[in-house]
Amino acid sequence: MKYAFFPGCVAKGACPELYQSMMAVYPRLGIELEEMHTASCTGAGVLQEKNVQLGDVLNARTFALAEQRGLPIMTICSTCQGVMSQANARLTADARYLDEVNHILAEEGLTYSGSVQVKHFLWILLEDFGEDRLRSALTQPLQGLRAAPFYGCYLQRPTEALQFDRYPGRAAALERVMEIVGVDVVDFPGKTRCCGFPILTINERNSMSMVAMHTSEAKRHGADIMVTPCPLCHLNLDGMQRRAAHQQKTKIDLPILHLPQLLGLAMGLSPRALGLTRNIVSPDSALAKLGITV
Amino acid sequence: MHTILRVRRFNPESPNPAPYDQEYVLDLEPSETVLDGLLKIRETVDDSLTLRCSCRGAICGSCGMRINGHAMLACKTKIVTVAPHGGLIRVEPMSNMPVIKDLVTDMEPFWQKIRQVEPWLQPEGPPPETEYVVPQAAMQHLTGVMACIMCGVCVSDCTVWEVDSTFLGPAALAKAYRFVADPRDAATMRRLLALNQPTGMWDCTRCMECVEVCPKHVAPMDRIMALRAKGMSARVPSTCGSRHAEVFTDIIRQKGRLDEPLLAVKTLGLRNWGRLLSMLPLAIQSFIHRKLPPSGPLHRAIPGIRSIRRIFARVEKRS
Ligand code: SF4
Ligand code: SF4
Ligand code: FES
Repeated sequence: MKYAFFPGCVAKGACPELYQSMMAVYPRLGIELEEMHTASCTGAGVLQEKNVQLGDVLNARTFALAEQRGLPIMTICSTCQGVMSQANARLTADARYLDEVNHILAEEGLTYSGSVQVKHFLWILLEDFGEDRLRSALTQPLQGLRAAPFYGCYLQRPTEALQFDRYPGRAAALERVMEIVGVDVVDFPGKTRCCGFPILTINERNSMSMVAMHTSEAKRHGADIMVTPCPLCHLNLDGMQRRAAHQQKTKIDLPILHLPQLLGLAMGLSPRALGLTRNIVSPDSALAKLGITV
Repeated sequence: MHTILRVRRFNPESPNPAPYDQEYVLDLEPSETVLDGLLKIRETVDDSLTLRCSCRGAICGSCGMRINGHAMLACKTKIVTVAPHGGLIRVEPMSNMPVIKDLVTDMEPFWQKIRQVEPWLQPEGPPPETEYVVPQAAMQHLTGVMACIMCGVCVSDCTVWEVDSTFLGPAALAKAYRFVADPRDAATMRRLLALNQPTGMWDCTRCMECVEVCPKHVAPMDRIMALRAKGMSARVPSTCGSRHAEVFTDIIRQKGRLDEPLLAVKTLGLRNWGRLLSMLPLAIQSFIHRKLPPSGPLHRAIPGIRSIRRIFARVEKRS
């Protein structure tokens, strides 16, 4: 299994531990990755606020680069995945629009036929890799740990662009992988809601209310940790958690793990190798429950 | 099909008013709707069950409620889509508005926001002798927003409204777009300036809940994004929201990928000392945890950046 790997800006920027843990985990799954160094940012839905077509052309360029290599694309960020899924849906739904976009790409010597599959690592684990193989790659089941899932909006909505009808397992993919990993999955209503990151600068108060609400709610439901496939959610839920707790005059202290960090622990990799010392809210006491010391 | 409707009940006139769940076991056809089930309960089991409905055909907008955790129209929701093999269906009143009784909510907060955007046409000058003449495409473009039936479903599930009830919300913002984009309306700039204020178009967090739940495919969030684009091109005074979009786009043009610290600083604005200072502890925290990303000249463009810049130039020239 080989993929054109699109890490996204944040895994290579403010969340280096995501990239680090992904690099540690993927060889153990026997997956091959070719990183797309020349691909641009997806626009993250922000550039699209100014110009949707510009975003579509940039993403079509990335898709064309993957097509040249004959590879599907793998993402590790809910936002990258969602934005690319939406762009791909627009491009493949309307042949005239695709032509127009290809016309702009032509001068770069590129053309996109509309055939590329873009998949989040989370989906790949279940859809391409398969539950049985995943189970056999895990050496250290994480029993006794209570973990709450947190998806990130873009991996849940809009369901049409994310093809939930064709892949019904996507709606609850995170819980499924967490079950396989061996943790007790803590269900709570906030798991598919917004982390508040997009409005951090425009309305910090509301953004912090969201962080505090979801992390405290997960804790109230008994979670020792929270797991997310989205580095933007991680930036807010982990990096801003103390500020959010301060605003709500409460204590939270819920460690937030990236999905590959959780998988890595279940493969027996060391917390250091998984970049867990880079997480802001210390996961030490949760790891101690598993008998792991940092 | 054996179905259990677990209904959230609330009676303000009971001695100790508090919400509670009550389960009703029914035999329903897969093609029947949740509303059919609730009416069956009211007619044959429990006539105290209170709910609102009228058209039973997804037109009047009165039967919005939360079904299995998401707001939808009960009359448009078939049993088979929420419980394909029968079993439990959770039915609750809409969120983000006060509950009057059982499944009936007080829509006043919803209407108040709708009124706030002045949802009527404000043309300039004397009216034409016959009708207003507008390009067909312009009005066709608006039919999507005009399909709104004011059901409140989007507001129920809006993630920002949940934490801040001063937010204008998806339905009112979509309604505002309907007039901002109407070629006959002359109050465009005044409307955009009002929407540019706190609680307006920049407060939406782009969670797409409203797009997902709207039974009429109004796609409120897409309208909010269109309002933002109109605001930016009309040069309404910049906000953190508009600077975020402008600076983000500029950084991608220059580097092909995000320079996060630069984005934060330029979004907040170099003269915004208070906010910049409040970000300092976060930068220090990132530095200590060895995750402060390189920025400015230390942050290099992607290989192939020339291609990105050419694409920018070409697309921007076209639009
Ligand atoms: S996209 Fe915006 S308006 Fe729509 S539900 Fe989310 S926050 Fe509310
Ligand atoms: S936008 Fe859609 S969900 Fe919101 S009030 Fe109108 S019809 Fe209902
Ligand atoms: S009863 Fe009229 S919309 Fe459902």
